[in-house]
Amino acid sequence: MATTTTKVETFVGKRIRRREDPRLITGTATYVEDIQMPGMHYAVILRSPHAAARIRSIDTKKAESAPGVVCVLLGKETKGVGAVPCGVAMPDLRVPQHTILATDRVYFVGHPVAVVVARDGYLARDAADLIEVDYEVLPAVADPEKALAKGAPAVHPQWPDNIAFTYHQDGGNVDKAFAEADVVVKQRIVSQRLVPMAMETRGVVAEWRNADRQLNLYTSTQIPHLVRTIVAGMLGLEENRTRVIAPEVGGGFGSKLNVYAEEALMGYVSMKIQKPVKWIESRRENFTCTIHGRGHVDFYEIAAKRDGTILGIKLKLIQDVGAYHQLLTPLIPQLSVLMMPGIYNTQNIRADIVGVFTNCVPTDAYRGAGRPEATHGIERMVDMLAAELKMDPAEIRFKNFVAKDKFPYATATGLTYDSGDYAAPLKKALDLVGYAKLRQEQADLRKQGKYMGIGISTYGEICAIGPSPATPAGGWESATVKIEPSGKVTILTGACPHGQGEETTFAQIAADELGVALDDIVVLRGDTAVVQYGIGTFGSRATAVGGTALYYALQDLKAKIKKFGAMLLESEDVTLAGGQVVDNKTGKSKPFQEIAGATYRALKLPPNTEPGLMATRFWEPPNFTFPFGAHIVVTDIDGETGQIRIRRYVAVDDCGNILNPLIVDGQIHGGVAQGLGQALWEQAVYDDNGQLVTGELTDYALPRAHLMPWIESHHTCTPSPVNPLGVKGVGEAGTIGCSPAVVNSVVDALSPLGVRHIDMPLTPEKIWKLLATKNRDVGSRGATK
Amino acid sequence: MNINLKVNGKSYSPDVEPRLLLIHFLRDVAGLTGTHMGCETSLCGACTVELNGKAIKSCTMFAVQANGAEIVTVEGLATNGKLDPVQEAFWNEHGLQCGFCTPGMIMASKQIIERNPSPTEEEIRHGLEGNVCRCTGYQHIVNAVKAAAAGAGK
Ligand code: FES
Ligand code: FES
Repeated sequence: MATTTTKVETFVGKRIRRREDPRLITGTATYVEDIQMPGMHYAVILRSPHAAARIRSIDTKKAESAPGVVCVLLGKETKGVGAVPCGVAMPDLRVPQHTILATDRVYFVGHPVAVVVARDGYLARDAADLIEVDYEVLPAVADPEKALAKGAPAVHPQWPDNIAFTYHQDGGNVDKAFAEADVVVKQRIVSQRLVPMAMETRGVVAEWRNADRQLNLYTSTQIPHLVRTIVAGMLGLEENRTRVIAPEVGGGFGSKLNVYAEEALMGYVSMKIQKPVKWIESRRENFTCTIHGRGHVDFYEIAAKRDGTILGIKLKLIQDVGAYHQLLTPLIPQLSVLMMPGIYNTQNIRADIVGVFTNCVPTDAYRGAGRPEATHGIERMVDMLAAELKMDPAEIRFKNFVAKDKFPYATATGLTYDSGDYAAPLKKALDLVGYAKLRQEQADLRKQGKYMGIGISTYGEICAIGPSPATPAGGWESATVKIEPSGKVTILTGACPHGQGEETTFAQIAADELGVALDDIVVLRGDTAVVQYGIGTFGSRATAVGGTALYYALQDLKAKIKKFGAMLLESEDVTLAGGQVVDNKTGKSKPFQEIAGATYRALKLPPNTEPGLMATRFWEPPNFTFPFGAHIVVTDIDGETGQIRIRRYVAVDDCGNILNPLIVDGQIHGGVAQGLGQALWEQAVYDDNGQLVTGELTDYALPRAHLMPWIESHHTCTPSPVNPLGVKGVGEAGTIGCSPAVVNSVVDALSPLGVRHIDMPLTPEKIWKLLATKNRDVGSRGATK
Repeated sequence: MNINLKVNGKSYSPDVEPRLLLIHFLRDVAGLTGTHMGCETSLCGACTVELNGKAIKSCTMFAVQANGAEIVTVEGLATNGKLDPVQEAFWNEHGLQCGFCTPGMIMASKQIIERNPSPTEEEIRHGLEGNVCRCTGYQHIVNAVKAAAAGAGK
């Protein structure tokens, strides 16, 4: 047979440097703050310094007459604007009215009270200082456990118990499991509040075009289309005349998976002053007013047989809600419950969530969103169980893993795990780290009174979020592929990636499918006037869901290209390969570019075929995907100072097929850094008056280059059957796998002193104090003998 | 106040308010928006530029203090369309994700290599202490600095 095969370069699976980088490394990318427009004005928001107070009066006279000021707006004037929405529907959910500016009361430090608009940012800030607010300060409560106590100050006076919602889930027969157990281990575990701290703070530029009844809203968001729908609704605008643009977005990590008061507020201001207006969040505002993550107090019980078989798990979860629900607030702890069995084969679970209002900024999705908390819980509990049963932590995990041949596996929480081989990454990680030798070394060091720990975490996660019935705003994703008459390819993705590299990975997919060069492809995102409706980037979904929509759109176009090719070649039997349509009989071929031109020139059309080459797909995933992996952390602890040194960090992650290993490694490294941040340093601390004590970078300890260990990143590969790319998602894996591995390692190091649990962050101070008390205890026990 | 300074080889003689921060001069007056504001308190390094050959944080310096100075920002690194080796290394090694910290990181990295042409991993990490990246976990940035140093030494 005279088939010509053109050998073409393929791209999927290769370490290809990113195509988005040239603008970023040359300082020519456009973030919200970089946007300038003629007539632009600047807004500064005056915020409450109190966590709870009644507003007696506000005097804006001085501010209004300050130089450059065009207006000062208060809550009473913006009353007509719709409330900041909670996107989650649940029975008995208490949703306080969340106005875009406070009216008669403030509920947390940072609550927006007034907005000052001036022709210059410095002048707006000056004027904001001239506003006089008379507050009657009220008692506040900032700790969710205290908020539940009788007699606690009511965050919202209409709900004196401070309960925002409750949620119960039962699977299997927990009572029986606990009755039959040989051993039950209990522990209170805290997942502290964290500040997402995207390096670019939030920011909005709003431009009202009166003649067109059109609002252009530039905002640093992960979800431009949802922001458009919601903000248009809040302002009473038409959705097709509201254009939301997420330009370059400087990190989100969930904190920009939201709709914020300021987005609607700036739209309102621009309509009022008939001029474009810019608001850029300060770092202090970012700490106090952008959502926080985590904020759990968990009470775990795990029941097991003497041989280590886990029989059941109970969880009472207190979720610190903050003063309001933001977009997904009540959903996040439910994700923890879904994930609570981890990757272990137990069919009996019971969970009770109580969401609690506090006078703090709301919590919501932060990298991992509910799953790091769940993983931290189960992985700590499994280690405690192993310690109780004097089993090796690796052995107890191997014993309880859902077996490789059990997939698809239905969990007690109602999920169906798509595919897995849970033992594989743990085996690989144990080999890589040299586990047996390390245990030997540990035994020797212990004899010398030295603290060295080995911590394991074997995690699973819910990714590729997700099937629409299980997500608040639809969980599908969209893609359009346009092949221009010249054969150049434009991809429009609804997923709005912002740093995850899909301008590269999506081009890799398309290049391989169409047999064209990477450089012939452009990926556009983040503009509702350009891109068809989409959901956004979060929950490790952009590639697994958005990439699949792209894949199917490409299949549509390939079929059409083949039809045109067959027509032009006058053949019935053709193949599309290497950028050519080839007649399988004669070997004659037509290049893809020529066919693209012919579809638009349309001199002749195949039967029942329209001109042009463009396809849009909205792909609804039939299931989530479930990546997994094993992280092992080796620590050495300085007995004098409590300082923890991470000697080794081995991560073996299974995220299914890998499109670009360079990008996947980057996601793992960044994820681990955020996990380490939680494990060792980060904590949003509110004092009893509801003041955020760690409200600046001076007080909030972030992972920095010199604090980070070298991450040894490896993989196993279990493709997902949920999508044709076989990918699972990797954006959150590092974070989810990390924190329990670190804490398990430190607890392991200190276990000779009788330590069985330590709450995060494991600051040197905390460890030092623990060492001091435990050594004293051990010492005094020794003395009385 | 009238000041004179050079940015990326170009002379400016603006009349500025004494309280105008250098970063705002660069971004809003000179229109060079590659330098980013990440914290306003000299703790994140996103605003790092080179002033008279030294890396400084432009968020905590007034424009008037830069009177007479020569400044280089990230926009001034590539010459005739050719990237600086540090820029090239950040690209090759995937030393960035969202890119917001990147201009500051690149400026700080250049300084590290200028002071020490073959830095060890530890030296690189300490050199980057003042620059926060929330995306990369720093590992690929460390690789980029190593690669740039190795390339420059060739
Ligand atoms: S903005 Fe200057 S150090 Fe952060
Ligand atoms: S690349 Fe996003 S902060 Fe560094």
